[in-house]
Amino acid sequence: MQRIGVFVCWCGSNIAGTVDVVAVAEALKKEPGVVFSANYQYMCSQAGQDLIKQAVKEHNLTGIVVCSCSPRMHEATFRKTAAAAGLNPYMVEIANIREQCSWVHKEMPIGTEKAIILGKAAIAKVNLNVPLTPGESPVTKRALVIGGGIAGIQTALDIADAGFEVDIVEKKPTIGGKMAQLDKTFPTLDCAACILTPKMVDVAQNEKIRIFSYSEVTEVKGFVGNFDVKIKKKARYVKEELCTGCGACTEKCPMKKVPNDFNLNMDTKRAIYIPFAQAVPKVATIDPDYCNMLKNGKCGVCSKVCTAGAIDYTQKDEFIEEKYGAIVVATGFNPISMDKFDEFAYNQSKDVITSLEFERLTNAAGPTAGKLLRPSDGKHPEKIVFVQCVGSRCDACNEKGKEYCSKICCMYTAKHAMLTRDKYPDTDVTVFYIDVRTPGKNFDEFYRRAVEEYGVHYIKGMVGKVSPEGDKLMVQASDLLDNKQLKIEADLVVLAAAIEPDKSARPLATMLTASMDTNDFFTEAHPKLRPVESPTAGVFLSGACQGPKDIPETVAQAGAAASKVIGLLAKDKLTGNPCVAHSNELMCNGCSSCERVCPYGAITYEDKEFRMPDRTTQIRRIAVVNPAVCQGCGCCTVACPSGAMDLKGFASEQIMAEVDAICK
Amino acid sequence: MQVKEYKPLIVAFCCNWCSYAGADLAGNNRLNYPADVKIIRVPCSCRVNPMFVLRAFQRGADGVILCGCHPGDCHYTSGNYYTRRRMALLFSMLDYLGIERERTRVEWVSAAEGAKFAATMNDFAEKVAALGENKRLEDLRCKK
Amino acid sequence: MSNSKKYLREEIIRISGVNPKKCMRCGKCSATCPAYDEMEYHPHQFVYMVENGNIEPLLESESLYRCLTCFACVERCPRSVEPAKLVEAVRLAAVRKQGNNRMTANDVPELIDDETPQQLIVSAFRKYTK
Repeated sequence: MQRIGVFVCWCGSNIAGTVDVVAVAEALKKEPGVVFSANYQYMCSQAGQDLIKQAVKEHNLTGIVVCSCSPRMHEATFRKTAAAAGLNPYMVEIANIREQCSWVHKEMPIGTEKAIILGKAAIAKVNLNVPLTPGESPVTKRALVIGGGIAGIQTALDIADAGFEVDIVEKKPTIGGKMAQLDKTFPTLDCAACILTPKMVDVAQNEKIRIFSYSEVTEVKGFVGNFDVKIKKKARYVKEELCTGCGACTEKCPMKKVPNDFNLNMDTKRAIYIPFAQAVPKVATIDPDYCNMLKNGKCGVCSKVCTAGAIDYTQKDEFIEEKYGAIVVATGFNPISMDKFDEFAYNQSKDVITSLEFERLTNAAGPTAGKLLRPSDGKHPEKIVFVQCVGSRCDACNEKGKEYCSKICCMYTAKHAMLTRDKYPDTDVTVFYIDVRTPGKNFDEFYRRAVEEYGVHYIKGMVGKVSPEGDKLMVQASDLLDNKQLKIEADLVVLAAAIEPDKSARPLATMLTASMDTNDFFTEAHPKLRPVESPTAGVFLSGACQGPKDIPETVAQAGAAASKVIGLLAKDKLTGNPCVAHSNELMCNGCSSCERVCPYGAITYEDKEFRMPDRTTQIRRIAVVNPAVCQGCGCCTVACPSGAMDLKGFASEQIMAEVDAICK
Repeated sequence: MQVKEYKPLIVAFCCNWCSYAGADLAGNNRLNYPADVKIIRVPCSCRVNPMFVLRAFQRGADGVILCGCHPGDCHYTSGNYYTRRRMALLFSMLDYLGIERERTRVEWVSAAEGAKFAATMNDFAEKVAALGENKRLEDLRCKK
Repeated sequence: MSNSKKYLREEIIRISGVNPKKCMRCGKCSATCPAYDEMEYHPHQFVYMVENGNIEPLLESESLYRCLTCFACVERCPRSVEPAKLVEAVRLAAVRKQGNNRMTANDVPELIDDETPQQLIVSAFRKYTK
């Protein structure tokens, strides 16, 4: 039996004005378990708290009920008071007789009656309270960043800057991501490589950062502070530690017809390649699909020209297991496939390209060395048509596109149009738009400059059809403001393709038990207040894997994610919320109902040996809740068909006791 | 014998993050609702086991209302969706148990909707009062 | 919007099963329409005018019969609005509005000959009879 003390607060006249506090204290004294009852003007004041502490000592109290304001206000205060008096802080319950009684009722008898009932309910609950201790778990002081684009790079640099070790896992042979493929960046027109490659070098030179390039995460186990991650280092058939990145092999390899994915297959590379000059790590990689030596054992030119002896045709995939305290997802985006958009003739004509391809065409390191030439015949295009919103803002029933606005297209199209007019003033540039969305710092000014200073034609309307006619492209579009249908001859059509999350995100989300929306973007823990955290503790989001983002936003989010990671890794131990679910292993039948409803993936199963009455042993599958991951929502407790699952602090018995007390 | 004025007994389960805070806000704004409503705090509306609802009716409650965060706003991301489904199932069986369907309700109240909380409670209390005492479960009622 | 306009709009929406509110005014329907130059009101205008209940001018317009019902607009519309179905619904409304009986049951016997399929006469009777 508990020894409960009841403390009724007047809150000046806030409570005492409508509730007869003396009568409440008297009435509650008669409740089972109550050995002491008092009332005081301000229970939360130092004097009030001292009254509680004194009563705990004098009456050997094991539980406390405070009839006062909302627990959202002073529960923490009174828990501290209890702890100071040597009680377990979770032996305190609050009866909310201010916000939910005295302030909403006007008549003294009614208020008093309700206050007594609320007090009884709290007493009934405390009678069943048990001391709770928050679980503690250690923190591995190392972070994993998945994805080596600008988001991953910035996050890793910020975490490393705070003195923690970071590993970057990048599936491509080099870090840099999409930003490395860009030419200029809006709205300031900085050269992307000029601002990105120094950061890539910083990453390479930072002692705290390890790069696993050409690698993928294959398995994630564990929980916040204690993730066990398996990383597959794909065989690149080149010893990373020996390769000097001299590039001799990439010039001598006889296999010349390998599509160059870095240039979006607009030109070719060799079977052994370094994606681009500033690649980090600057190490050659052999493409096993094209290398003659790997395919049929004939060739070996690269190993002959390699003075460092780095070529190793027998290299195998390697698996690395590492422990991490926090994981940052920075898997980024890709433009959607244009295969389904037959009306734009993307697959029929080489001169219909996506904006990312246009980016490579204007890049000094691109397939045309920065000269804007038509992919089909290498001629200078005199008339360029840009089409916006290709695949963005589609209806949910439209299986070709995406429902969301891809956010970055308006600005990069303005940039492309402006740069084209700047470099080639003889080129006529037309942009077909539905809306021009430029809500960013200096964004609208930038777009207006494209129109007013650079003479880019913006036409409100969508392109309906692009058809190749001779060496030209016939563009049929509507001009909504002029209410006309236009037929324009163009040399080059650039499609602002919608962007979608990288394909690797979905299996990764499953591994991390991190939730995703219907578009495969990672969802954040709270859309406004916790935008860089996943609902899964210890998993953070950086960049376009969470939603379409431009570079400044990505960098801002990367820094925010890093600061959250640093906050986590700075702790030596994680103190959990003790009000978590736990399963009674004698009642659990391992049905997985709880696992399925848990939004945090906090429930796992293990086979446990049980000693039976007849001295045999039986192995049963039982649910185990990880208290470090459980957030205490209690959803599993209701899903459990056998009643094995319960929530500490809000146990079924306790809530039933409250119901009983109220209904008595 | 003294005839007591009929007062319905209403149990309200409120989730800690939205509805309980909404109820607190109703208090802060001094918005009246009947004292017949007694609130039980739960971490999330999905913590409410249908058993709790039945228990309340068994012990003589005249109405039971569940309040949670608005769909999509659940502090635990998806708890209120489970609540909605579970309660839809439970409520559909209440008639069979001898409890009028109108004695139960699920309502979404955010932490900013003190006025909605009070209005909801006023409306619900009125509806339950109109139904009268919950006699139909009397046989099952535990008599202590 | 007047009640009669509202009624007509609801009628068109009901017949067509199209929700014109889904339109985001991109004009891709008009961009893709092969009969565009023949029309006074273009596909995107159809959607906009129906949404605003401005249907009377459509009923009077020749544009109604210039639409080839080729469904190019339906195919290309990113918002799945299906303008061609709206045009067809307005056409139906125009037919129903005729009011006077263009064809009576008595007219049918003399129309029957070896050349005309009977199906045609039946559907004509349905269409032109109130």
